[in-house]
Amino acid sequence: MANITTDAAKPERLQLLRVLGPAHVWALGVGIVLVGEYMGWNFAVGKGGMIAGLVACWVAGLLYTCVAMIDSEVTSTVAAAGGQYAQAKHIVGPLMAFNVGLFLVMAYTMLEAANAITVGFLLDTVAGMTGHSGLHQQPFIVLAIMFLAWLNYRGVLATLTFNLVIVAVAFTAICVLFFAIQFGASDVPLDFSAVTEEPLPYGWLGIVAALHFGLWYYLGIEGTCQAAEEVRSPARSLPYGTMAGIMTLLIAATLTWYMCSGLIPWEYLGQAGTPLFDAARVTGSVWLMVLLFIGTIFATLASANGCINDASRAWFSMGRDRYLPSWFGAVHPVYRTPYRSIVFLVPIALIFALGAPLDQVVTFSILSGLLGYTFMTFNMVMFRRKWPLDTIKRGYVHPFHPLPTIILLILCSTAFFAVFLGYGTQLIAMMCFYIVASLWFHFRRYQYVRRGDQFTMPWPRPQGY
Amino acid sequence: MDIWNFLEYGAWALSVVFGAFLLIDLIRVDTTYDNDLLTSSREGEIEATQERHTI
Repeated sequence: MANITTDAAKPERLQLLRVLGPAHVWALGVGIVLVGEYMGWNFAVGKGGMIAGLVACWVAGLLYTCVAMIDSEVTSTVAAAGGQYAQAKHIVGPLMAFNVGLFLVMAYTMLEAANAITVGFLLDTVAGMTGHSGLHQQPFIVLAIMFLAWLNYRGVLATLTFNLVIVAVAFTAICVLFFAIQFGASDVPLDFSAVTEEPLPYGWLGIVAALHFGLWYYLGIEGTCQAAEEVRSPARSLPYGTMAGIMTLLIAATLTWYMCSGLIPWEYLGQAGTPLFDAARVTGSVWLMVLLFIGTIFATLASANGCINDASRAWFSMGRDRYLPSWFGAVHPVYRTPYRSIVFLVPIALIFALGAPLDQVVTFSILSGLLGYTFMTFNMVMFRRKWPLDTIKRGYVHPFHPLPTIILLILCSTAFFAVFLGYGTQLIAMMCFYIVASLWFHFRRYQYVRRGDQFTMPWPRPQGY
Repeated sequence: MDIWNFLEYGAWALSVVFGAFLLIDLIRVDTTYDNDLLTSSREGEIEATQERHTI
């Protein structure tokens, strides 16, 4: 039997492997998100015009900078798979932890399904450009999910090294497009006349409505926490990887808005399926078009890959703590991955990828993510109150507390209102789902949880207890 | 039949191969190893020995 932890004083245990570094953490966080630069964000422009698109880009950037700072501090102390789920378990309580675990699994599995749908759409577009109409997208959607699930099953180091390479290519493609345009490689000059001629075509409400889609620029950066149990030095790697990730995304988001808004009329940009690829087509350069197509495919695959990694870790952690059947808390004896969780989530992703419309799937993912960000606000306040700075060692201490928390809460409330404007029914349906799940956990499932075993961090007694 | 039709069949075939690997390996591991060993992972064990939260 290979690679099994042995110790004369302890029983044999299988653990996840600690093999990752800060670059893998960066690749995980940016990998999940970068697809949002390649598509989706531009609907913000359709909702409120070019200025609204830029405001949404930066306001959402501020929201996620708060998320990254808060997450970095808490995760640098709670080094456990499950990320925010493990944080909630230690800091708030079991019912909150169960809900946060569900938010994570739903957000990432829905995003994985959305990415697989996008792979099918992209290949259909290319087939159409080569004269083949009516491509069957299903085999490519299924292949994307099966291949990435297989990769995740085989080991976390290969999975995130693969992500590192394809994310680097996708980010480089955005930078190359920017420099190519700046150095005159585009047939069409940048035109920002709409900024002055039609600054806010739908008024200030357009900015609020645009915020919903501004989240796409950064949605998922908090996924870096899921690697906590597999990085060699969590207290150092997680803050480095997460903060480098949000900086990368702020640069990529601003460049993306600048290039697309300058090259594509806002009325078209607001409805485009693949805005960066379309911007490359507008330049008239074939090699830029090919590069941005590769970037789009790579960003989509990297996102789905990271989502499988994160959803399976959250599901695994809940199984390990018996919040779900303990069967899910198994580690593969050779590959050291949560193999049962990875396999179990494959059919769920397939069902949504093959049977649900893209906008519904993405909205469900965004809403679950927003619920998670709202949790982070009071989680941070409770963390600092129960364990002040001088009581436990932190790998990173975020500045200006509680200002980022307050900003995050205000922006989350605004984003909920923005989502309610467009998808009120889905918001209510999803809240009902989480309420029913919470009742099931409280009345049926919690009796199986080993209550004393779930608090694993060697922290002192919290203040006030 | 053009290249896209072949790619569609190829994608189905590869999907089956990856799916079969996942299922066969899962069954093989579950029948080879004791479930108590497979579910023996505990949160924070390495943390407790390597990164104590002391000031």
